[in-house]
Amino acid sequence: MTGKTLFEKIWKRHIVTKRHGQTLLYIDRHLCHDGSFGAFNRLRQRGLGMRRPDQTFMTPDHYTPTHTASLDDLEDPRAREIAAAVEVNAKEFGVTAFPWGDRRQGIVHVVGPEQGITLPGLTMVCGDSHTSTHGALGCIAFGIGSSEVSHVLATQTLWQKTPKTMRITIDGKLGFGVTAKDVILAIIRKISAFGGTGHAIEYAGSAIRDLSMEGRLTICNMPIEAGSRFGMVAPDETTFSYIEGRPFAPKGEKWEEALTFWRTLPSDDDAAFDVEVLLGGDAIAPMVTWGNSPQDAVQVTERLPDPDSETDAERKAAMAAAYDYMDLKPGMAVTDIRPDRVFIGACTNSRIEDLRSAAAVAKGRKAVIPAMVVPGSGLVRAQAEAEGLDRIFTDAGFDWRLAGCSMCVGMNGDTLKPGERSASTSNRNFRGRQGPASRTHLVSPAMAAAAAVTGSFTDVRKLMEGS
Amino acid sequence: MEAFTIFKGAGVPIDIQNCDTDQIIPARFLRRDPADEGYDRYLFHDLRFAEDGSEIADFILNNPAYRGASVIIAEINWGCGSSRENAVYVLVANGIRSVVAPSFGDIHYNNCMKHGILPVRLHRSDCDTLRQQLHDTPGAQIALDLEAQTVTGPDGKSYDFEIDPFDKHGLLNGLDEIGMTLGHDADITDFERRHRDDFGWLEQ
Repeated sequence: MTGKTLFEKIWKRHIVTKRHGQTLLYIDRHLCHDGSFGAFNRLRQRGLGMRRPDQTFMTPDHYTPTHTASLDDLEDPRAREIAAAVEVNAKEFGVTAFPWGDRRQGIVHVVGPEQGITLPGLTMVCGDSHTSTHGALGCIAFGIGSSEVSHVLATQTLWQKTPKTMRITIDGKLGFGVTAKDVILAIIRKISAFGGTGHAIEYAGSAIRDLSMEGRLTICNMPIEAGSRFGMVAPDETTFSYIEGRPFAPKGEKWEEALTFWRTLPSDDDAAFDVEVLLGGDAIAPMVTWGNSPQDAVQVTERLPDPDSETDAERKAAMAAAYDYMDLKPGMAVTDIRPDRVFIGACTNSRIEDLRSAAAVAKGRKAVIPAMVVPGSGLVRAQAEAEGLDRIFTDAGFDWRLAGCSMCVGMNGDTLKPGERSASTSNRNFRGRQGPASRTHLVSPAMAAAAAVTGSFTDVRKLMEGS
Repeated sequence: MEAFTIFKGAGVPIDIQNCDTDQIIPARFLRRDPADEGYDRYLFHDLRFAEDGSEIADFILNNPAYRGASVIIAEINWGCGSSRENAVYVLVANGIRSVVAPSFGDIHYNNCMKHGILPVRLHRSDCDTLRQQLHDTPGAQIALDLEAQTVTGPDGKSYDFEIDPFDKHGLLNGLDEIGMTLGHDADITDFERRHRDDFGWLEQ
């Protein structure tokens, strides 16, 4: 008998029943945000209660402003209503919430791990496509639609087709100045924006093992940009020491019991994956996206690709359309692209280590274009301030903001102006993602800071050598 | 939910690879109620309308010949990106009953199912053929038969497609999924009892 993968071990422990080939999967913990209001309304309309309010957690992030501590400053009354609905719904249904003004409030995918809500071996869902982030701790976490959110609120289960499995192994050692963000962009470039569709991804290999928890959260944030709803890393000592002592993590005897179970979770040596992908960690360099799909990623040292070298006619047309939208030319050097604005934040890159890495580049330098830093949670913000990072940023002319999704999603007031170009640590460079006619280039926090202080995409390794 | 059995309607080709849900409905409209007057205008809003609200002439949905279309023939990775179910509400608001594409974003695919929209995965070359036929003959009809699992193009040629039996059953019967699952209440309660023994460390 062949061994089991990490994914299979967790999945099979959560099967309630099966019907017409699908599995009724039990959900251990459910995360909600301000955008979940429609799902609560649906429940109310149908007169349904919640099955497990004790395992449901909520915090506002998508709609919240990051420039003000008062919701009254929001211009659109509808946005104010939505942001405030978190507290209303939490009270009515008995859900644990970290509402606006609570220092634990923040981006749901930052708050979950930070509070110890996210734990190995669990099934977790959230009405957001970047929910796979939590898989960094060795759980099955995936994004769902609003109807599915209602279904989980009412039944604590979901009907699911069992996905196939894919292992992405990154061996070797990441080079100086190369971060988890560069790794995930290199992966998406290799397997394409749909290479992971229908598959649950497990990341493995020495370069993954060596990553901190923050780095693992970054690579698990973006599998959806390669089509996959799931990204996971097997739990190990890095995971356990990250979790221990966090507010909602097990304590005492329960901690020991949990640890014993968690140690059984890593994929067996003889486990078989449907697809295997290999990448050399040593060859990865700082990455920058140039087009309107996260797969349009190149190394900072490269020139932009030539659509004429593509054999697929539709791909060629898609590249030409992206060049037109982004106002760029094939063959130009990445380092000749000049962003108008820098955004450091989002569920991809707004944790303490991300801010440290950006601050190390900003220290003693000055931003030559507008730059903003948006911590992932109130607690990350407090930690950064305790370390003096806020001073480094403000001394360098960066704007230091309150926690939220901010300019990643273009729906809370933080947007680019039409035609503006950003260096952004978020996860999507879609047309108009950061506001109508906005142009987004995805990069790591260090690369974003380097763009801020030089005014163009710059190989951050050069700045780091000099600093 | 509206059931899906057989349907025939005008098709529209959307030649955009990796057409993400931000294109289908931009984020700033997510706060709007699908029951609002004019909600249908949010479909492909920023590709369809200029900043002053005027129509962008060369976007296909602004071509009078395609305005009444109810079946979209799309490119690879349709509906990738954000989980926003509003991308389905806005299809419904425009009378779209089916999207045929070589591949879909997994979350969007599931979301379609909850609103009686039939997502059909068809071989890429067949999608290319159908889109070309719709370009050649604007307003041409596409027929879908869920029971038989077939798509029929304007030239009468039929293509078989695969669909999960669970999804097929749900769509054919316009099933209320929450209602169905509540019927499994005893199973869920049994599971929770076993699970509490297994995952005792998780209880608060």
